Amino acid sequence: MTSLLGKDLVGLERLTREQITAILDTAEPFKEVSERPIKKVPALRGKTIVNLFFEASTRTRISFEFAEKRLSADTVNVQSAGSSVSKGETLVDTARNLEAMRIDMVVIRHGASGAASFLGDRIRSNVINAGDGKHEHPTQGLLDLLTLRDRFGSLEGLKVCIVGDVLHSRVARSNIWGLRHMGAEVGVCGPATLVPRDIEALGVTVFRRVEEAIQWADALNVLRLQLERMQGGFIPSLREYNRVFGITTEKLTRAPKDLLILHPGPMNRGVEIDSDVADGEHSVILPQVTNGVAVRMAVLYLLAGGAPDWATSGADK
Amino acid sequence: MNKVQERPLVLRGGRVIDPTQQLDDIRDVVIIDGVIDGIGQGQGTPDGARVIDATGHVVAPGLIDVHVHLREPGQEDRETIATGAASAVAGGFSSICAMPNTDPVVDNQGTVGFVKSRGEAAGLARVFPIGCISLGQRGEQLAEFGEMVAAGAVAVSDDGHPVMSSHLMRTALEYARTFGIPVADHCEDTPLASGGAMHEGVVSLRLGLKGIPAAAEEIHVARDCILADLTGGHVHLCHMSTRGSVSLIRRAKELGLAVTAEAAPHHFSLTHERCEGYDTNAKMNPPLREAEDRDAIRAALADGTIDCIATDHAPHHYDAKEREFDDAPNGIIGLETALSLALRELVRPGLLSLSTLIERMSCAPARLWHLPGGSLRTGTVADVVVFDPDAEWTVDPGRFRSKSRNTPWAGEVLPGRVLRTLVGGRIVFEA
Repeated sequence: MTSLLGKDLVGLERLTREQITAILDTAEPFKEVSERPIKKVPALRGKTIVNLFFEASTRTRISFEFAEKRLSADTVNVQSAGSSVSKGETLVDTARNLEAMRIDMVVIRHGASGAASFLGDRIRSNVINAGDGKHEHPTQGLLDLLTLRDRFGSLEGLKVCIVGDVLHSRVARSNIWGLRHMGAEVGVCGPATLVPRDIEALGVTVFRRVEEAIQWADALNVLRLQLERMQGGFIPSLREYNRVFGITTEKLTRAPKDLLILHPGPMNRGVEIDSDVADGEHSVILPQVTNGVAVRMAVLYLLAGGAPDWATSGADK
Repeated sequence: MNKVQERPLVLRGGRVIDPTQQLDDIRDVVIIDGVIDGIGQGQGTPDGARVIDATGHVVAPGLIDVHVHLREPGQEDRETIATGAASAVAGGFSSICAMPNTDPVVDNQGTVGFVKSRGEAAGLARVFPIGCISLGQRGEQLAEFGEMVAAGAVAVSDDGHPVMSSHLMRTALEYARTFGIPVADHCEDTPLASGGAMHEGVVSLRLGLKGIPAAAEEIHVARDCILADLTGGHVHLCHMSTRGSVSLIRRAKELGLAVTAEAAPHHFSLTHERCEGYDTNAKMNPPLREAEDRDAIRAALADGTIDCIATDHAPHHYDAKEREFDDAPNGIIGLETALSLALRELVRPGLLSLSTLIERMSCAPARLWHLPGGSLRTGTVADVVVFDPDAEWTVDPGRFRSKSRNTPWAGEVLPGRVLRTLVGGRIVFEA
């Protein structure tokens, strides 16, 4: 059965506007499921899903697990530390073993770019990318889109600036593709050492100074600064990073309008974002987390072959 | 090589191409006692000669590849000297030069002698060992060039490991002058390229792979040209891949420096877009670059800025390539597809004549590295290739003579079939 999204969700680059819209629309009724006293619908009853996490993750893994459980799927979590992966098994052997156990879906988080498509090309089960290296993190991109759509009504013409370590960020890439497909304008801003040279080829505007980005944008998506970037020689110090690129109330007060603030988490308070901004009235960092479960339910449901218009009736059951 | 007396051989009526004699015409080639006895029209047939009809085929000096990895000793699951030599003759190569990054590395006369004797035992292509520049390829202390040359080494290289120390490169170039051998350098600034999996550009950005900037190669090309000027030594630049490198080499040659260079078939055929879909058979070092780079390499092969084509034949077990792009090893095999790719990418579009192609794949490497062959002059060893430039074939990796299968051209239809390869007058490959 071919779903509306194809077999796998590897990234947003190759999705169409219609497919993204279908996911976001499907997520709407699933939001409500999580508000019920009994947070469960039978949409994926009898399906088995493996959450295959080769990299540490708390939020994404828990979010997927809730999404799966609220759809009544049977789930198994595999962490690299506790599996044969740590004994040196190759990804292709892991894939074959999973296939042999007749599972329906795999959610994979892996440190190597391309790992999700590698797996998807080799097994019949649906594969969902929960973050592969520096490539994409499509469900994060989708939950960001949903959160922006919730606040602004439409993404068309919206100006969103991604601030921080774009070079190493899969969240940045998924956001760029998703926002561009939906007709938004995308800016990126960060130290030149952390903004790829060729980024404009992806149809984005580069801002060298965060003050300029703040003048331009309707919303800022503030990326986590990996602390090891300092050892890598990309920035001289966290203190200077905060001073030049950190999102602070002081910088935001000079904006011509109130900017919506997103952050994929986990935050380094006082580095890329100040606490009063993160906890402030324009922050949607917690609604992003809430939307994450709904978007992941939508993706799982659609990949399993569910039709967008069943979602409402399925949710009503 | 083989001391058994061979019957005289006549290759009759082929299109004989020999740039060393400005020859491109229908001729007969007569081979007696393993050497070229003469080239003529309507030559008489020596007594007892075997006559091979070469009508409609090209007869040229056997191809010479100065850059192959044969993996023996140490990695015989990927290739052996014998299977590599078999792959070579199937691709029209009568001579190959084996890079020393084996396990153990070839950094002394013992291992040089081992490679040479294994090549002779295989009795196919001539196998010329390349010794290391530094002991253990560690980039610290010079290996014994004199001893290695005495044992049969024809050049030195730390290929696979760039020579980061400019002092070591300087002393290697100076010391190599004593023995008249080239120092072949893998040009890569290690810290700049560190962790890179492909060319740094818009494709690496989209795929989220760490890029290797063109500058990582060009910095070392520039340094090596400067050191060639300082020392008067012969630097040979391996597998050139960028347009910036081409202009640096062009400038060095204008200055009359002893700089020679090679390019690999994949760098004049493919671009970084080939890495889409994380195809590990498109992963090499130096990486596939941009269309402008590929075009500059083609132009440099046409005008001689780049002297020769070398395959960088790099066998890998199929398991090793069947993995995440970041973790897959670099390189592809090239001996059995090189001539066909050169015909398709360089000769058919009219960039190189067939004669210039033979210059780049045979005469130049023989002349620059002082190897036998590379000519059909009377008295030269009879290393010869006979091929049909128009016949097409489908690349079926399962039929390669190489032990490995890692090629990006599987299933493609390529022009140019090698029909016979002769080494020292002996037919070592026949299609």
